[in-house]
Amino acid sequence: MEISLTVNGVLKTVDIADENTPLLWVVRDTLDLKGTKFGCGKAACGACTLHVDGEAVRSCSYPVKFAEGKKVTTIEGLGDRENPHPVQQAWIEEIVPQCGYCQPGFMMATAALLNKVPKPTDEDIDKNIINVCRCGTYYRMRKAIHKAAELQAEKVISESKEL
Amino acid sequence: MADKEKDSKKVSRRKFLVKGGLGTIGVVAIGAYLFRSPIRRQILGVVNSLEAPYLDNIDQPMIWFEVTSDNNILLHSPKMEMGQGTFTGIAQMAAEELSVSMNQIQVVHAASSTGNVDSFATGGSTSISGLWKPLRELSAMLRVMLLKEAALKMNVDVDQISVVDGVISGNGKTLTYSQAAEGVENWEVPDVPVLKDAKDYKYIGQPIARVDLDEKVYGDPIFGMDAEMPDMLYGAVVRPTKIGSIFVSADTKAAEHMPGVVKIVVEDDFVGVVANSMLEAEKAKDAIIVTWDSYDNLNTDAIVKMMTVGNGNSSVIQKNGDSFDDQDEIVTLEFRSPIGAHAQIEPNGVVAFVDGDSATIKISTQVVGLTRKEVAKRLDLDAEKVNVVPTYLGGGFGRRLHTPHAVQAAIMSKAVGKPVKYFFSRKEEFQHDMFRPPTHHVIKGKLNAEGYLEGLEHQFVSGDVATDSALIPNALTNFLGVDVGAIRGGFIQYTAIPNFKAECWHVELPFATSWWRSLGLLANTFAMESFMDEMALKANKNAVDFRLHQIADEPIDIRLKNVIKAAAEKSNYNEEVKDGRAMGFAASIDANTPCAQVAEVSIVDNEIIVHKVIVAMDPGLAVNPDQIRAQCEGCVIMGMSAVLYEQMFVEDGELTPTIYGPYQMALMKNAPKEIDVVLLQGKDTPGAVGEPPLGPIGAAIANAVRRLTGERLTELPLKLSKKA
Repeated sequence: MEISLTVNGVLKTVDIADENTPLLWVVRDTLDLKGTKFGCGKAACGACTLHVDGEAVRSCSYPVKFAEGKKVTTIEGLGDRENPHPVQQAWIEEIVPQCGYCQPGFMMATAALLNKVPKPTDEDIDKNIINVCRCGTYYRMRKAIHKAAELQAEKVISESKEL
Repeated sequence: MADKEKDSKKVSRRKFLVKGGLGTIGVVAIGAYLFRSPIRRQILGVVNSLEAPYLDNIDQPMIWFEVTSDNNILLHSPKMEMGQGTFTGIAQMAAEELSVSMNQIQVVHAASSTGNVDSFATGGSTSISGLWKPLRELSAMLRVMLLKEAALKMNVDVDQISVVDGVISGNGKTLTYSQAAEGVENWEVPDVPVLKDAKDYKYIGQPIARVDLDEKVYGDPIFGMDAEMPDMLYGAVVRPTKIGSIFVSADTKAAEHMPGVVKIVVEDDFVGVVANSMLEAEKAKDAIIVTWDSYDNLNTDAIVKMMTVGNGNSSVIQKNGDSFDDQDEIVTLEFRSPIGAHAQIEPNGVVAFVDGDSATIKISTQVVGLTRKEVAKRLDLDAEKVNVVPTYLGGGFGRRLHTPHAVQAAIMSKAVGKPVKYFFSRKEEFQHDMFRPPTHHVIKGKLNAEGYLEGLEHQFVSGDVATDSALIPNALTNFLGVDVGAIRGGFIQYTAIPNFKAECWHVELPFATSWWRSLGLLANTFAMESFMDEMALKANKNAVDFRLHQIADEPIDIRLKNVIKAAAEKSNYNEEVKDGRAMGFAASIDANTPCAQVAEVSIVDNEIIVHKVIVAMDPGLAVNPDQIRAQCEGCVIMGMSAVLYEQMFVEDGELTPTIYGPYQMALMKNAPKEIDVVLLQGKDTPGAVGEPPLGPIGAAIANAVRRLTGERLTELPLKLSKKA
């Protein structure tokens, strides 16, 4: 069956045999966006986190049929080298990644959190950022999340000045 | 000076190999034979937990560098990047001696076809320390070669030219490295030049940002799981859920006609299915009915019973003075650690293509050489024709020192004549991990009249770590009479004590156990440093003073004392409970790197909370202090995860749990909000970094709990038995 969804701002129509195929595999294998990772397949680690209509979703357990007509954002669409998202900028400034495999999921979860809670407290972070990192980068991640909040606030201010 | 020069001429002139014209104009690949390490030194390196030397492939030429036409340097790394920051450190080392800027160096994983294959592995915290000398020497040689060619082309005396950021100047003229290299066919290989003096370092010692940051922040397809090949199919392998299963037979009829199935592959030791998509392969796999011969009744209790000091074989690894006699007033404590999973987030996976008499294997592995050897052997190929192309690792931690899945994918590829990709499910990862073995420790101590130890004995038992691994031949274990991995951290480091002994027992378990980051260190240090804390309490002495008094005066001992003092000072170590918080102290030496830690802990709702950890470590010369800090932070968090939460069980013959969550690990909310790292430099070369900081964390937390509650926790994971 055909499913249409907007991925990183571009409308895509994919032909999928099974509408219950997890969105993760459509993104990775059909659309060849490899930044969203497979970790556990049971929504237990968060490596596959992406955004569906701005909400953080664990795509390994999210049937593609539910994404019909919706806006999907992956790490590739969050920002790029020329125009990094504040979360990516903060991750670079704090030198967060080690092996790096879980990091896209964490960055997507963080970006979704900042949309709802622009200035999260440590408690907000503890409650909402619940992915798993084996290298133990949590300490730097927490610093990067606070920094991303600052960078995003500055961006909002400068954008509103431009308007 | 003469001796030093002689020592540095290890790269022999006649063995230096230069290749030209690798496709693009101005590309020069430089390879060299290096360093025939005597086997004895290798053995001692492992056994004494000193830094192992860089173990090269001594039979084949190796390509280290390419000078590209846009004046950059490609550095082919024989060491894999698995998060430890090695790519950044070696880029700094190479840039330093090549006189190029950091952004002119790009580090890539050496494929086995370039010949630059590490004949050991990426592991053991040896990458930077092992490459320290050879890589800087090779880089300096390449610089001298390029300068010489430039001098000829510019018609200037070589003494009259200088180089900055890969641009050579002399007599008013300039030439880039790539221009200097262009068209040169016969290179003159120099003696090893004098290396830069430490005071002139521009990059070494600087906290330079990781070279792989962008790739990892923008989601580039850099991991084994992201690898593909044209016209690729997907494979799946049926795995048993029970321990000790031996394949008997398979009924594949139902699977054969399922949608997308291309071929079912039945071998003597596994059944695989190849299909057009990963989901089709997985579905067909589930339809294959395999009969296994397995253990059904095994449970955790049986494993614990097996893993008890006195079972199996033993070997005394350290002894000084006398043993205890019957009249002595001895304190005895016993400790245990559980089965631990690697739980790296990227599952093991591989893409393999067997094409006639050659094969290509894309894989995240810590053992390029071993993977090549195993594929070549099983498929009866010439090892030279098996090109292992390593990717970034989504976590290593020792898990990727085993890659039998490469062989399985290659067999499936050969069966269908196309590339085949396959990877583990998370359940398979948990049930078919090569676990950290459980351990049991019996520690005895006797105080003298002054309240210091007169005798100390550590008896411990472990399952396989190095024994039965494909990486280290069993002949070595048999020769030494001890598992060289299990003993890490098991030695007594307080050698000013007059009488001491350490004895390691070995029990073979019915499931595979192996290398888990830091090997025996995590459990051994937990046990030893908990015991030391208890003795300090019994002697009514400050835990730091008690330790310092009993350390000897060899160079390594002095470095250990220095990190202990630094951690105590930085943390304002004290033994009072303040605002519901207490500090716990512990220290260890691993791979010649001493590390001390202080954990600040409280108890909330009967849960152990770690607020702050101070780390003082002496890894020698810090090539990249920021990444050393990152390794300390990571080890503290991975370590606290292991000692507070993680545990595998055996239930009715199955290893369990099989998913994150039930296999509890530290999350953001559990990680300390403060981690302070103090780096000391007690020697002028780089030492081990990626594992030593895992040592002290367990005991540091347990010792803080002891001071908060009075309870001595002796089993990992640490659980409070009574309300605080």
